[in-house]
Amino acid sequence: MILTIAKREISTLFLSPLAWIILAVVQVLLGYMFLAQIDNFFLLQPQLLQLENVPGVTDIVIAPLFSLAAIILLMIMPLITMRSIAEEKRNKTLTLLISSPISMTEIVLGKFLGLFFFVFILVSLLMLMPLSLFIGTAIDVGKLLSIYISMLLLLSSFAAIGLYLSSLTENQTIAAVGTFGALLMLWLIDWIGEALPNNQSVVSYLSPLQHHQSMLEGLFDTADVAYYLIFITVFLVLTIRQLDRERLL
Amino acid sequence: MSLPAVVQVENLSRFYQNQPAIKNLSFSLNAGEVLGFLGPNGAGKSTTMQILTGNLAPSEGQVTINGFDIIESPREAKRQMGYLPEHPPIYREASVDEYLKYCAQLRRINKQSVSKAIDESKQQCGLTDVGQRLIGNLSKGYQQRIGIAQAIIHNPLVVVLDEPTVGLDPIQMRDIRRLIKTLGRDHSVILSTHILSEVQATCDRVQIIQKGELIYHSSIEALNLSQVPSVTIGLNHPPAIEQLKQIDRVTHVDAIDSHHFKLFFNGESPAQAIVQQSVQQQWELFELIPDQRSLEDLFIELTQDENSGGASVDAEEAGV
Repeated sequence: MILTIAKREISTLFLSPLAWIILAVVQVLLGYMFLAQIDNFFLLQPQLLQLENVPGVTDIVIAPLFSLAAIILLMIMPLITMRSIAEEKRNKTLTLLISSPISMTEIVLGKFLGLFFFVFILVSLLMLMPLSLFIGTAIDVGKLLSIYISMLLLLSSFAAIGLYLSSLTENQTIAAVGTFGALLMLWLIDWIGEALPNNQSVVSYLSPLQHHQSMLEGLFDTADVAYYLIFITVFLVLTIRQLDRERLL
Repeated sequence: MSLPAVVQVENLSRFYQNQPAIKNLSFSLNAGEVLGFLGPNGAGKSTTMQILTGNLAPSEGQVTINGFDIIESPREAKRQMGYLPEHPPIYREASVDEYLKYCAQLRRINKQSVSKAIDESKQQCGLTDVGQRLIGNLSKGYQQRIGIAQAIIHNPLVVVLDEPTVGLDPIQMRDIRRLIKTLGRDHSVILSTHILSEVQATCDRVQIIQKGELIYHSSIEALNLSQVPSVTIGLNHPPAIEQLKQIDRVTHVDAIDSHHFKLFFNGESPAQAIVQQSVQQQWELFELIPDQRSLEDLFIELTQDENSGGASVDAEEAGV
């Protein structure tokens, strides 16, 4: 049942040109950054040779690329999540789901799974760029995997917030702006934490981007993974509660 | 032995903030019955339907569908329920077949029977020719029918239709009414509308709701029997009223204008006697209409009795 809803979600996404355009734009932007980063690497190469314990291609090209990708996608994810529930409310099609023999939890999980599938496609396409480096050089596969998982988790947590804000309104634009604001806030928290002298770790710890950064460096910590999973669960539960609450109003 | 009630509603109330939308509503629906739910706009019809189908939570009271409480075991209750809301819940960018397939899956029809269920519901709703078309490109009448197809695809015990003929042209209305009548053979149907002739044409029982309260409840047959029978006649050379009164079984005569009269009678219609007398005495009968006390009269009477102020406007809107 969850899969049925997820399938519908993903096919609606790809029936509109929006999903395709987003995939294309992100790919072009990051493709350019990727090439610039490789150029950079060639410039640095002579100096690197003189260092001991040299950082590899993975650290110099791939990690910064996905650090930037996180920021670009922070601005783009709201456009993907905005229609998820808001559109169903506006078109009154949510009634179809609610009067079918399925629970709110299944509806929300189905919606989220659909979004996750989109995230999966997006991140997998981006991963093709670092994989292409295998042609010319050796890459730290462990780090690459850590980056891949981190991207999936980060974007899934963006999707969970987006889904929640989409359940609050009938208006897609409001959902998008709200999600964008919330994600920017989380980014700012990361900055604020770094600017604070003493207790920086507590404040930054709340930001998903902080956890992303440490996973980009190849530190695959279960605490980070747990953080993402809790983050996603909280917003999914909030979404379920919001939809349930609307029946009482 | 009477059939068990498929839908049982007990003391249902619903408040929006502190404003009551429906108050203490109780009724039941038996298997294979078509129940007409009548009321002026804003009387609480849609609210009741939304509660019946689990889209709104009741403030007080209980709804059971086929023995399952809609709040406590929603999954079992909803499985026996098909719902067409005021706005058909359709995805404009999907084709009719895709959409119905999605609906069938949502209703947990098992894989083998999905395509059969789609075919059957398309057939019943006259959608066989448009299976490949995009819903957004179809006319309102088709969209409404898709809405009904969606509601009956899982062959539920109860079909709830909220104003199924709104915005349709007269021919489409006739088609949908015919469809509702056929639905009544296999399913129990609750039909809300403010079009009175629709209820008279399709329903077994009628229920009038106003300001959230049930004010009338009867079967259509009883409604037809409860009337004081009368005929309206038109005569080119009318005799004195006294002479008309002497026709067999006529109890009372009202003159509508100089050529038209309303004759009230007891028992069988005196039509034959009227025609005979007219020929013999050269009254030149040109019109003879057996009167039916319409649901409209009753509706306006009831809704105006309750509140002669605001309700009368609603009733005018409602009477078509």
